[in-house]
Amino acid sequence: MTSKNWKLLTNPLNDENPITVQVLGICSALAVTVQLKPALVMALSVTVVIALSNLIIASVRNTIPPRIRIIVQLVVIATLVILVDQVLKAFVYDVSKKLSVFVGLIITNCIIMGRLEAFAMVNKPWESFLDGIGNGFGYGMILVIVAFFRELLGSGSLLGYQVIPESLYAFGYKDNGMMILPPMALITVGIIIWVQRSRNRKLIEK
Amino acid sequence: MNFLRRTIDNIKPHFSKGGKFEKLSATFEAFETFLLVPGKVTQNGSHIRDSFDMKRMMALVVIAMIPALLFGMYNVGHLHFSLSSESKTFWQIFGFGFLKVFPIIVVSYVTGLAIEFTFAQIRGHEVNEGFLVTGMLIPLIVPVNISLWMVAVATAFAVIIGKEVFGGTGMNILNPALTARAFLFFAYPADMTGDKVWISGMNEAGLDTTSGATALGHLLQSVPEKTAFSDVALKLPTDIDAFLGFIPGSIGETSKLAILIGALILIYTGVGSWKIIISTFFGGLVMGWLLNAFSANAYMELPAYKHLLYGGFAFGAVFMATDPVTASQTEKGKWIYGFLTGMLAILIRVLNPAYPEGMMLAILLMNVFAPLIDYYIVEANVKRRLRRLKNESVKLNKQ
Repeated sequence: MTSKNWKLLTNPLNDENPITVQVLGICSALAVTVQLKPALVMALSVTVVIALSNLIIASVRNTIPPRIRIIVQLVVIATLVILVDQVLKAFVYDVSKKLSVFVGLIITNCIIMGRLEAFAMVNKPWESFLDGIGNGFGYGMILVIVAFFRELLGSGSLLGYQVIPESLYAFGYKDNGMMILPPMALITVGIIIWVQRSRNRKLIEK
Repeated sequence: MNFLRRTIDNIKPHFSKGGKFEKLSATFEAFETFLLVPGKVTQNGSHIRDSFDMKRMMALVVIAMIPALLFGMYNVGHLHFSLSSESKTFWQIFGFGFLKVFPIIVVSYVTGLAIEFTFAQIRGHEVNEGFLVTGMLIPLIVPVNISLWMVAVATAFAVIIGKEVFGGTGMNILNPALTARAFLFFAYPADMTGDKVWISGMNEAGLDTTSGATALGHLLQSVPEKTAFSDVALKLPTDIDAFLGFIPGSIGETSKLAILIGALILIYTGVGSWKIIISTFFGGLVMGWLLNAFSANAYMELPAYKHLLYGGFAFGAVFMATDPVTASQTEKGKWIYGFLTGMLAILIRVLNPAYPEGMMLAILLMNVFAPLIDYYIVEANVKRRLRRLKNESVKLNKQ
C-alpha cells in the first residue's frame, strides 16, 4: 500500500472527517446513536454502501454522460441500500427494526453522494474503494463514540449489557434521561468537534 | 481594609509576571478585584471608568435575591414540619431549611467556580464575574429534594455548554442558570417535577401525595381528568398564601413578596430592566385573559392574575428574564421580549400537557430570539433615520 493510498484511508478519520469537519450525514448520526448496537450496524452498512458504490461508479465513470450522472449514481446507491436492507432484515431483524427508516435513508446520506461526486467520478476504482472505506470508518467512528456515551450515560449499559453497577444506583445515581433525547447527540458531536479542533492544529481557523 | 490591602500588595509580586505563581495570576486577580474595588485609572482620552464594575453589579443582584433565599429556607422548614403538624420555634424551622438549602448553594458555587477558574487559567484571561449570580440562582430554582450530585452535574453542564463554549460571561446566548434547570428537567424529570419533590421529607413520610403537589400540578392534572374549575379551585392555595409564599415550589420561587423586594432593589439600582419586568407580567396577564375568553377547560378558566402568583412566573420575570446578557439590548426590544416571554410562559403552562410550568422554556426560547428582535429594532431605526435624511435633503434642495 503506497503512502498516498494510506492517506485515503486515514485522512477521513481525522483531518477530513465527514461528520466533524465536513459536517455531512448529521441527521443519521443523531437518529441512530441512542444505543451502541444500531450505531455499529449503521456504521457498517454505510461503509459497505459507500465503498461499493465508489468502486462501481469509479469503474464506469468514463462511460457515464455528465448530464445524467446524478441519476446513475442514485441507481447504484439505491440498489446497494436495498441489498443492505435485505441482509439486515434477514440476519439482524431486531436491529433492522430499530434502524427502521434510516437504512432506507442511507440513499440520501450526503457523505455518499459527496464522495461519488468529489472522488469516484475522477479517480481509479481501487483508490475510490479505499476512499469509501476510509470515509465509512470516519463516519462510523463518530457514530460509535456518540453512541457509546449516549448508551452509557443514558441507559447505563453498553451493547445492551448493563455496565454501571447496581450498587451505584443504590447510592442514588440515576440515568441521564436527556442523553436519550436527540439534542444530546448534537451536543455530544459538538463536544467531539471541540476536542478535535483544540488538538488538531490543521483545523484551527485563522 | 488597610490590612487587606497590605496583605494583597505583599503577595502580589508572586503572582505578577516573573513571580513564583505567575500561572495563577488570573485566580489572584479575581480575588483581588472581588475583595477591593480596583484602583485602575484611565491614562488618556476621555473614557470615564465607574468604580461600579461588573463584580459590584453582580453582587447587587445576589443581594436582591437574599429575601427570596431566606424565605425559601424558612418555607422548606415550614412545609417539612407542616407534614407532621408539630409545633416548632421560628429558629428550628429556619434552621432545618438552612441545613437543607445551604449544601445546594455550596455545591453550585464550588462546581461552577472551579470550572470558571480552570477555564480562566487555561485561556489566560480574567475570571468572569457572571457566575456569582448564576451560582445563587441555581439553588433557588431547584426543588429542595434534589440530589447534590445532580446539582453539580447540571452546573457543570450549564457553565461549560451554556457559557464557556460561547466565550464566557457576556457571550452566552442562553441564561446559564436556566440552562442548568433545563438540563435537570430533561435529564432527571422524576426529581424535578411531580408532587413528591417539593417538600423535604415527603418520600419518607409516606403521606397522602396530593398535599405535595403545586398549584400548577393540580391544574395540569385537571385537564385530562376533565374536572370542573370549581373543584380544582378547592385544592389551590389562597391568594395570600401564594403571595407570601407558604406553598410548595422550587426553593426561591414561592414568595412573591420576597421577589417583589428583590425587584425593587434591582429596579432602584438600575441593574434589572423595569421594562422587561413590567412587560413580562403584562404579557402573562394578556395571555391569561385570552385563555379565559376561551375557557375550554378548568386550566383555561383560572383567573389571569393567579397565573402570576403560581409557579416560577414572578421569579423568572424578575431574576431570569432581566439577565442583561441574554435579554434584548434595545429599549424597544425589551418591551417585545418581555411581553412575548410572559405570553409564551402562560401558553406553555396551559396548553402543553407535558410541562406544568412554562416560564423556563419561555425565557430560554426568548433568549434565542432576543438577538433577532434587536436586529429588527436597529434596522427599523436605521431606516427611519435614512428616510428623515432623505426628506430633509429634499426640503433643502427645494430651498
